[in-house]
Amino acid sequence: MNILKAIAASNLSFSYEGSGKYALKDVNMDIEEGDFVIIAGPSGCGKSTLIRAFNGLIPHFYRGKYEGDVIVDDHRLPNEEPHQLFRIVGTVFQEPENQLLTFSVERELAFPLENAGLARQDMKKIVDSTLKKFGLCELRYRSPNELSGGEQQKVAIAAALISNPKILLLDEPTSNLDPLSASALLDLLHHLNDEGMTIVLSEHRLSLAAPYSNKLAIMDKGRLIDYGNTIDVLNKYINQDLVEIPDIFLIANALKQAGYYEGEMPLLISQFLSGIRKKPRTGG
Amino acid sequence: MSIISFDGVYYTYPLSEKPALNGMTLEISKGERVALLGGNGAGKTTALKHVNGLLRPNKGSVKIYGEDTRKTNTSNLSRKVGIVFQNPNHQLFAQTCWDEVAFALKNFGYDDLEIEKRVESTLRFFGLWDYKDESPFLLSVGEKKRLTIASVLIYEPQILVLDEPTAGQDIEQKKKIGNLLSSFKGEAVIASTHDMDFAARNFSRVVIMSSGKIVADGPTRDIFYMGDWKSAGILEPQTVSIAKITGISSHPLTSEEFVEAFKEEVAK
Repeated sequence: MNILKAIAASNLSFSYEGSGKYALKDVNMDIEEGDFVIIAGPSGCGKSTLIRAFNGLIPHFYRGKYEGDVIVDDHRLPNEEPHQLFRIVGTVFQEPENQLLTFSVERELAFPLENAGLARQDMKKIVDSTLKKFGLCELRYRSPNELSGGEQQKVAIAAALISNPKILLLDEPTSNLDPLSASALLDLLHHLNDEGMTIVLSEHRLSLAAPYSNKLAIMDKGRLIDYGNTIDVLNKYINQDLVEIPDIFLIANALKQAGYYEGEMPLLISQFLSGIRKKPRTGG
Repeated sequence: MSIISFDGVYYTYPLSEKPALNGMTLEISKGERVALLGGNGAGKTTALKHVNGLLRPNKGSVKIYGEDTRKTNTSNLSRKVGIVFQNPNHQLFAQTCWDEVAFALKNFGYDDLEIEKRVESTLRFFGLWDYKDESPFLLSVGEKKRLTIASVLIYEPQILVLDEPTAGQDIEQKKKIGNLLSSFKGEAVIASTHDMDFAARNFSRVVIMSSGKIVADGPTRDIFYMGDWKSAGILEPQTVSIAKITGISSHPLTSEEFVEAFKEEVAK
């Protein structure tokens, strides 16, 4: 009677080699297929480490003390190498310049396909359509090293998606993007999620990202301290300075206490408008 | 008198066809806190690098305290202008966090006792004291960023230039950086940011750039309520969107201001 989980971490603990501290401690977390999960928490709380544990870089690339288990789409990660997850997990890392390794955008996109042994014609087709989809055609022959941070980010995302993985992991993908590009990226993730892709991203800017998610995980000092429905979780952390609470949430909460707001806490302006009890004067 | 002055500045990177700065004119006076906003590739970083002479105009001029950056050297400018880059990896180089933060003071010839004192208080302020003997490169992205800010603020430059200071920072650090800007004792701060809430809370003036030019410049409140600036890659702060739709007339910039304004205007 098991529901198929996209990712299941059980009693997961990890400390990096040479570090006496646990980067992850007793993490139990199930991500179901089709979930859109945000992982939030203060810097150094273990968000990036958890993402590395979900794509197999931990323990296969980053050495250390590993306890517990991570199962990704039926693959037990401690036993399988990251490349075996090629069609299952795509990852966009926090610093795109560390991820880009070839001399042109085109090669960057073709690289994972070459590794998977695709025929040249098929490769070209996929690369062409991906360049178009991400608005990268003009950058096709440019070196990734010369691109702006935002452009590099786009290339890294396009490369992570080129194998059409079931699960996409992103480590603070919007941190170097302008707000409009960030919301365009989130729209793209929403679209992929609609088509069935499981999305897991770590993020500080919750005001932009929270409305897209169905689940929110809060980490602190290596532990998963809360995980569940986004609005329920946000409600518990309103005055704690542990994660950034969207303005709309703070406003609704303060108005609720003063008797001006009713009903479910909002993440979207439309929800907010229907919860206001007394309308102020119009105009302005 | 303006202490930073851009006059019709054009700059094109070598091997590039498109100018990164395309006739930028900007005056910043003593005491100002200026946020530079705009989409990726608008020219914000290029503009900031002109403030300490790392880049010099192809055409037009940049003057710092009246001094033309083409006629003075970068080391001379860097005592007056402290710059914190967007990517900490391009700035960090020392063996330990302690050395990183102490570097400028050593260069400027401070005595050891003063250096010890300042390094400790600075590292503690930024929550980095525990890492004083560790390599800067082992820190997380957010911690590296704090370290670069610390290593510039420690020598008290008159002008502080920050490229995306809050990128990758959590809420607590973001508030700390905001407090630090308001307590900055120097004469001017100019910072690029994609974080509109941070801009709204901490800067009295915003300058919006697009394609190497300034498209808007004025008091933060006026600029955010003048338009939505989507054409420049910007999304206004969430509070501003809500205030526009609900018709709050006092133009709040923060959630606290909104709640006060709402109560007042509804109570009337």
